[in-house]
Formats: sequence, structure tokens, C-alpha cells
Amino acid sequence: MSGEPLMTLHDLQVRFPVGKDWLGRTNEQVHALNGVDLDIREGETLGVVGESGCGKTTLAQVLIGLVEPSGGRIRRRDGEGRPGPGRMQIVFQDPQSSLDPRLPVWRIIAEPLMIQRRGLGRAELRRAAAEAAAQVEIPADYLDRFPHEFSGGQRQRIAIARALISQPEVILLDEPTSALDISVQAQILNLLNELQRRRSLTFILISHNVSVVRHMSDRVAVMYLGQIVELGPTEAVLGAPRHPYTALLLESLPRLGVPVAGEVLANGTELPSNRILPSGCFFRDRCPLAQAGCERPQVLQPRPGAGPEHAVRCHLKVT
Amino acid sequence: MSESSVLSIDNLRLEFPIYRGAVKALNGVTLRVEPREIVGVVGESGSGKSVTAMAVMRLLVPGSYQVTGGSARFLGQDLLAASERTMLGLRGTQVAMIFQEPMTALNPTRRVGEQMVEVIRRHRRLGRSQARDEAVALLRDMHVADPGRIQQSYPFELSGGMRQRVMLALAFSCRPQLLIADEPTTALDVTVQRQVLLLMREKAREKNAAVLFITHDMAVVSQFCDRVYVMYAGAVVEDGPTAEVMAAPRHPYTIALLQALPDRVASRGAIAAIPGSVPDLTQLPAGCAFASRCPWVREACRTRPPMVPLDAGGRRHAACWAVQDEVGR
Repeated sequence: MSGEPLMTLHDLQVRFPVGKDWLGRTNEQVHALNGVDLDIREGETLGVVGESGCGKTTLAQVLIGLVEPSGGRIRRRDGEGRPGPGRMQIVFQDPQSSLDPRLPVWRIIAEPLMIQRRGLGRAELRRAAAEAAAQVEIPADYLDRFPHEFSGGQRQRIAIARALISQPEVILLDEPTSALDISVQAQILNLLNELQRRRSLTFILISHNVSVVRHMSDRVAVMYLGQIVELGPTEAVLGAPRHPYTALLLESLPRLGVPVAGEVLANGTELPSNRILPSGCFFRDRCPLAQAGCERPQVLQPRPGAGPEHAVRCHLKVT
Repeated sequence: MSESSVLSIDNLRLEFPIYRGAVKALNGVTLRVEPREIVGVVGESGSGKSVTAMAVMRLLVPGSYQVTGGSARFLGQDLLAASERTMLGLRGTQVAMIFQEPMTALNPTRRVGEQMVEVIRRHRRLGRSQARDEAVALLRDMHVADPGRIQQSYPFELSGGMRQRVMLALAFSCRPQLLIADEPTTALDVTVQRQVLLLMREKAREKNAAVLFITHDMAVVSQFCDRVYVMYAGAVVEDGPTAEVMAAPRHPYTIALLQALPDRVASRGAIAAIPGSVPDLTQLPAGCAFASRCPWVREACRTRPPMVPLDAGGRRHAACWAVQDEVGR
């Protein structure tokens, strides 16, 4: 977990055109990522949390190559740009839609290998698929079945096996348990932890579920409106949040057996539009501590008093 | 099962016939909602939470299902035998419902204000302009700062939280005695979820409405419900005052469900997952439906355990032979 980071994202930006004028020129854009700086270290689990629309999934799509960044760059330890084919894999939220319903399970699992290492025979592919399936505890005699014959948890295991087969360095987990029930979620989280221990994998875990991120991650990045507002070791960020948005997010979590009081607020609990970005600090309109100085854009920087690893995008001295 | 209960469901059984067999969705659901009470129904997907609510409001597609036993009463009135006309008079007026995704409950082609006026006039004798004023008042009552703008908007222009506030405004517009809320905040972010739930609780208390609150989130139940029913495979397995059930669950399923939450385990530690998966509702075992996953399984589990009281006051119940043995001793 030391040394040079596996990957460094520098000022990553993504804008999607959503409107055009009569000459076909883009006149309206969705600003999905607005300058993401992040390093990904070998062997860690990096949690990315945030509410819907904060850019978590766009970040995953840029990393895996489904979306081209509009600006910024990605640097790897061994070069420039995204990792090569097979070096990074992804597990999606909904295993119902991410597995081809018309392929038997062994073909689904082996597909990355079929693409990356052409010329492998059927028997070799099958053997590799059986090996990957065994790691996620799918019995070998299920390999000729189709996805609909499996439960949600088993389907997610198949998706994980598919991610493992090309021996990637990094696995992106995009809401891997959001579509699952609690009892099954626990099985999948245990499996992921065990796989990481056994194979020294690097995970990037994207989720809106703070409990899951807290349980799984070494470091956490909190996103708001396409930026990282707080980044640091899990206990520090989720235990003693320094950014007012992180504090609000944690305060809003439903907690078992803790009664809630509190006033119903009038409007103003919603994310601002990402069509026209606010000036200055993006969180200013919702921030209970907003004051002079917040009209300037904020930078993500280490916070004096917090650990050296703990960076916050806020100029206020909140403890 | 007194007449004073707002809603009393007794041993309700329901199935959906399919090709060669049936999906046994409800297998003896018993629950009560007393006046002004907020009652949670919690369970995983397929446990029958929503089907229970839909069945008692008779919102399931006629002909697609079959009630095979039990009863459901609203203020003493039989809901399963009532005519469709009676049900029309009940829904929206005495019993209001809100659902998970407010976008699908609103008409996307018409402004929110027009839709509110239509609903208000459907249930109350008001003129168009009176109804419009009433809609503004209702929204203001839901702590909406600028009702005028909301009324001029189309549903897609509003945020999820605001749409759910509109639904709550409509739900409370006829002063219902019962509000059925089926996963009302599952599609919302946590910061917004808290606001909507606080609002729902505040208005229910203020207007003396009882709430049947269906959710999969144990934490939310623990924070907002007076009593809770835990469901598994179409039956209630445990009920009681929320704080007591959460602090000292008795049924092995409830215990396992609470232990499976990642919050209670040290970071990266193994979570006590429930082995196996939910039984297939077309092939339910004759005995306890949880038996195949239960650490306490015993010979008696081959027959279905009844709900038995766990305390002298009869406030807590569980359906488990092992628990029954313990209580008996």
C-alpha cells in the first residue's frame, strides 16, 4: 500500500452536451465531473460516496473507458491514460441486466478472456471459467445454466467471477450490493473482502450506502456535484468529518435505534442543478456555515490539524 | 382485534395462480394498526410487504390472485367482501396511499397544480378556484416555500423530494384515518429521505392519522415506527414495539437480519451473513419457511410455528418453536 500510486487522476472533467442551437452548436451542458483529483493506491479499497447525481458513476465510466473525459488526465505508474485491456474490470449494480440472458454462465465468465486472448480453445476457456467460478463459490456443475436460473446474489457472484478472470489489478465495484437484500449483501461483502486478501486486488467501491463504504474501505472520497469535497482515511472522514457536506450526509443517515428529532426544513435540501454550475463553493447554498470567502472556488487541500492524508475542499475551520 | 383498530388483518392468505401451481405470496399475515399509530412492516424483497398492502386496498389486478383465507378489516368494515363502489369511496378519502416512485404516481403531461385541483375536487365539493387555494394551502402545510412555482411546474421539473411532498400533501388532503406508505423514500437520497420522513411523521401526528409504513430498511423503521412487524416468505415472524424488537430480537430471522448489517461489525470483519437464500414461493416447505437457513432448526420445525405471545402484556409475538420452548420454560 506504499510507493507510487497505481493511478493518478488529475483535474478530470466530463461534460455532456444536452442542448443544441439551430446551427447544431452545443449551448447547454451537464457538468458531470468538475475537476476530480485522486490517486489510487495498490492493494487498497477506495470508497467513493455521494448522493445521486454527484458524478460517482460517471467517474467509474471514465475509468473503465465507457466515457471519454472532456478534460484532465489519467496517469498510471507505467504510463499515460487508462489501464490497458483486462487490467481493470467492473462489477455493475444490477446483475439482472449486466449478464447476457442468452449465454450459458461459463461463456459469460470467460468472455473477457475470449476477447483479450484470442485463440484460446473451448476447453481452456471452460477450465478458466470453472476456476473463476470456484473462487466465488459457484459450483462447476452450474456452468451450463443460464442467468435466469440463479438468484440475485448468485448472479452478482457470476459478475464478480467475470471480473476476476482476466487477472485485473483494479476492480471497479459500482454499487455492487444496491440491488440485493441485506442478508445477501452480507455474503457478497464477505466474499469481496476475502478475494482481496487472497489476491491482493485493488478495489474502487462506488456506493451511496455509507455503511457499506465504511465497512469496506481504507480511504473514502466524498463527492458532491462532480467534485471530491473530502478525501482521507475512512475513520477520519466518516468518524470526524471536516467538510459541512460530509457532516450533513452522516447526520442524515438513518441509524438503528437512534431516535430522530429535528425540524422539517422548507425547500433547500436538494442538489443544485449541474447544468449551470454555482459560483464559488458548490455547497454554499445549502451550507449552514456559509460566510464571506465561500464565494471563491474552493480547493481540495490537506487540512491543518487533521492527518496529512486528510484533504478537505472548504476554507472554514470546522472541527 | 377490537373494533377500534384502524386496520386489522387476520391470518390473510393469498396466492397468484401460475402455470401448474401457485406463487404463495401471503401465508397467514396477521397485523393490526391502532388509531394514531405508526406501524412498520419490514422484510426483504418477496416477503409479502407490498402484496399485503395492495391486497387489503384491493389494488391487485382482479383475476390474477386468489385470497385463500383470512380477513382484512378497516374500522370493522370487511375489505375483502366490500363492493368496488365502497372501495372507491374509501381509497383516497379514508385511506390514502403513497408509493416509492412519485414520478409514476403523477401524470407527466399535466402541471402539478391542475392535478392537485383534480384530486381535491374528486373528493370534496369545492369550486375550481377554491380548490386551487386549497392546493396552495396544502403545499404550504408541507413546508413548501413557494407553492405557486410548484403548481406551475410539470412533475419532471421537480426533484424527487418535492414530488414526494406533493404526494404527501394530496394524501393528507382528505384527512385520512390511515396512510399506507409503501417504500416512500427508497428512491430518495438520505438527506432528502430524512426530510420526507420527518414530514410524514409530523403530519400524521398532527392530523391523527395512523400510518402503515412498508420498508426494507431496519434503521428507518427503528427511527420512525412505534411498532414493527417483521415479515419473511409471506408471513409475519415477529412483532412488537420497535425499540424492544430492535434491542432484543427473538426470532432467529430478525436476529440474523440485524446481524447482517455491516454497521455492527468491525471494519473488514466477516459479517454474519444469512446462509442460503429466500425460499421459492411456489414450493414452500410445509413447516417453518426459515428452517433451511436457521441455526436453531429442530424436529418441531417440520410443522409451521404459530405466532405466540412472548410477554404477559401480549405486546410482542414471534412464530418460532425454539423461542416458544424458551418462553415456556
